[in-house]
Amino acid sequence: MTEFGFKLSQSNRIDLDETDNSVFKKVAIIVPDIKLCFNCGSCSASCTSTHFKRVSFRSAILLLNRGHNKEAISMLKSCMLCGKCILVCPRGIDTRNIIINILKAEEEMK
Amino acid sequence: MKERLIFGYDPFVLPFLIGMIFIIAYLLVGTVRIILSLNNNEKKQLFRIFIPVNAYKIVKDIILDCLLHVKIFKRNLLLGYMHSSIAFGWFMLIVLGHIEVMLFTPQRNGIFYYPIFFRYFVMETEETLQGAFFFFVMDFFLLIILSGIALAIYKRFRSHRLGMKQTTKLRLGDNIALYSLWLIFPLRLLAESFTADISGGSFITKGINDLFHSFVSNPANTLPVWWAYSCALGLFFFTLPFSRYMHIPTEILLIVLRHVGINATSLRDGYSEAEIYSCSRCGICIDACPMSFEKKDVKFTSVYFIRLLRRREIAEQPADLCLMCNKCVEVCPVGIDSTKLKLICREINNGAISFDYTPVKYNSPLKREKLLYYGGCMTNLTPSISTAISKILDKAEISYVHLDKDQTICCGRPLLLSGNLKGARELINKNREAIISSGCTTLLLSCPICYKMFKEEYDLKGIEVVHHSVYINNLVKSKRIVLKKTTDTCVYHDPCELGRGSGIYEQPRELLSSMMLLKDSPLQNNESICCGGSLGSISMPFAKRKIITGGSLDNLLTNDPDLLVTSCPLCLKTFTPLNSKRTADIAQVVSEQMIN
Ligand code: SF4
Ligand code: SF4
Ligand code: SF4
Ligand code: SF4
Repeated sequence: MTEFGFKLSQSNRIDLDETDNSVFKKVAIIVPDIKLCFNCGSCSASCTSTHFKRVSFRSAILLLNRGHNKEAISMLKSCMLCGKCILVCPRGIDTRNIIINILKAEEEMK
Repeated sequence: MKERLIFGYDPFVLPFLIGMIFIIAYLLVGTVRIILSLNNNEKKQLFRIFIPVNAYKIVKDIILDCLLHVKIFKRNLLLGYMHSSIAFGWFMLIVLGHIEVMLFTPQRNGIFYYPIFFRYFVMETEETLQGAFFFFVMDFFLLIILSGIALAIYKRFRSHRLGMKQTTKLRLGDNIALYSLWLIFPLRLLAESFTADISGGSFITKGINDLFHSFVSNPANTLPVWWAYSCALGLFFFTLPFSRYMHIPTEILLIVLRHVGINATSLRDGYSEAEIYSCSRCGICIDACPMSFEKKDVKFTSVYFIRLLRRREIAEQPADLCLMCNKCVEVCPVGIDSTKLKLICREINNGAISFDYTPVKYNSPLKREKLLYYGGCMTNLTPSISTAISKILDKAEISYVHLDKDQTICCGRPLLLSGNLKGARELINKNREAIISSGCTTLLLSCPICYKMFKEEYDLKGIEVVHHSVYINNLVKSKRIVLKKTTDTCVYHDPCELGRGSGIYEQPRELLSSMMLLKDSPLQNNESICCGGSLGSISMPFAKRKIITGGSLDNLLTNDPDLLVTSCPLCLKTFTPLNSKRTADIAQVVSEQMIN
């Protein structure tokens, strides 16, 4: 048989049944605002900490939603709670409260 | 005047006597417990009450605050009268009662109940004129107290008439204590009127006796009234520990602890315990708190937060929500530092979060200049301010270095206010190192949040820390820059951290007045209302902040100024979208008004 070069690549699909988005859900109960994020990225663009290390609130929310809890948390570890992201967020999301609660959830998982 | 009853005793004194013994024992145990819960150092500090200066201050404060309630007077005359008439009047009745016993029946000295029920046990004699003076003053003070009680009753049902929009809600213990307190003095009046024709009286007791002579002089009616008076007293003493009136004895202890230099370090140490019980729930902090713009959020104000602590209930929600604007602390007549208590709550909740700031550092070595400018995160977001500053400094021909032009390390105050001291320390050290190694002698700041932080937590010896509103004002005064006048009018908003936080009220006003007409707003200086943007709150959602911003704006725009001027990038950012007029930072205004 002639090789046409086609092959099945591994799926990139996220299996929602296997995703562990428990942290997201837990935080959403305390700060429902987290569900309002539409990933515009304003917060990451203005972030104070991102000059030193990749800190991105936007990515962290996306990652949490997909169950990549560790990566999400590592993305917030250097946040200084400076509050710039609150002021730029077009959705008026209480970002700092979400960050604190995500990091607290991590402390509890330890 | 001489004794009417040979034994100087009647069973009706029992309710009072038992209540009195109970409350004295209770207070003794309470005081000992609080003193025991102080650590060794603090116990040693207690001996400072014997230093004459401290003793003088303690006595003075007890008289001014606990008896005369001068601080409440200053805020609100009627409310002050209500508190001080009851407190001071009652105190005088007790003192005078004792003097009477000493003078007329010295053999009964030291019997607890005797001065209280003196009028029941004595009768007039030929030389009654000796006592006439006392009859008069006793009646006089009783009248004063009764007028205070009448005001208190009125306030409970019509609080706004005493200039208070809201008054505190009560629970059972408070209610019983409250009603028994209200009853004590009318009953005393009745009781003394009943015996006024036997033991003497003055204009009111005697008056009532004359008026209703047939009823009151009927001996069968006398004893029940004295019983009722004694029962009201006893009931009050028994409910005291479970009511807000615990503030009466506790405040004295608090004043002592404060003057020997003890401070709260945990939620239940001696000092905070004394603070919690000293709250009289006067409710002054309710109207002061910006959260009370929304009626349903009144429950988060300091008075209720303190009540939660007292009941050992969870106080996390109000502690996290508070804007830390410090207005409640500023107005509290007892001087309770409730924001400190909230901070302690937060430390318990958030102190354990481990942040990681290892990669955080300034990378470029700095040029050495005398003046170092640090804008901070918020100024980074409002470049109009730093641009204005650079324009002004250029005009004044002052060279400077901008520490955080490209990258900022946060001053750490938001972290500190979130209760995470560990993280805050790390950031402090990083900034401190950069500032000290820059060799500057003056650190210029645009953000009041940073200003307070650098001033209080950084230990920058030899470096002058100055906010731009003060710095620019000095430039104008020393004629380094010259400003022209405009016909516009403005109002000035005191940022919480610059005004109440750092005591800077005058310089920004002086600076503004040199350019335009500065209008007043009803609540300004230390009464200014937070803009609603405060980073002091951990959990306040946007919708609530907006309401506070609106309320604060209403106050500022009362006299219809053309311009709202502030000196904080965060206030600027918060007000701008909601303000129908122009909002500007003081530095922006100056940079526009400079003459070449
Ligand atoms: S609060 Fe944290 S995430 Fe938001 S801008 Fe500041 S450092 Fe970045
Ligand atoms: S700015 Fe607000 S809406 Fe946009 S990504 Fe950040 S949190 Fe989400
Ligand atoms: S905290 Fe102070 S102002 Fe508030 S109710 Fe208590 S005593 Fe009054
Ligand atoms: S600090 Fe400000 S927001 Fe917080 S309770 Fe006091 S007055 Fe209210």
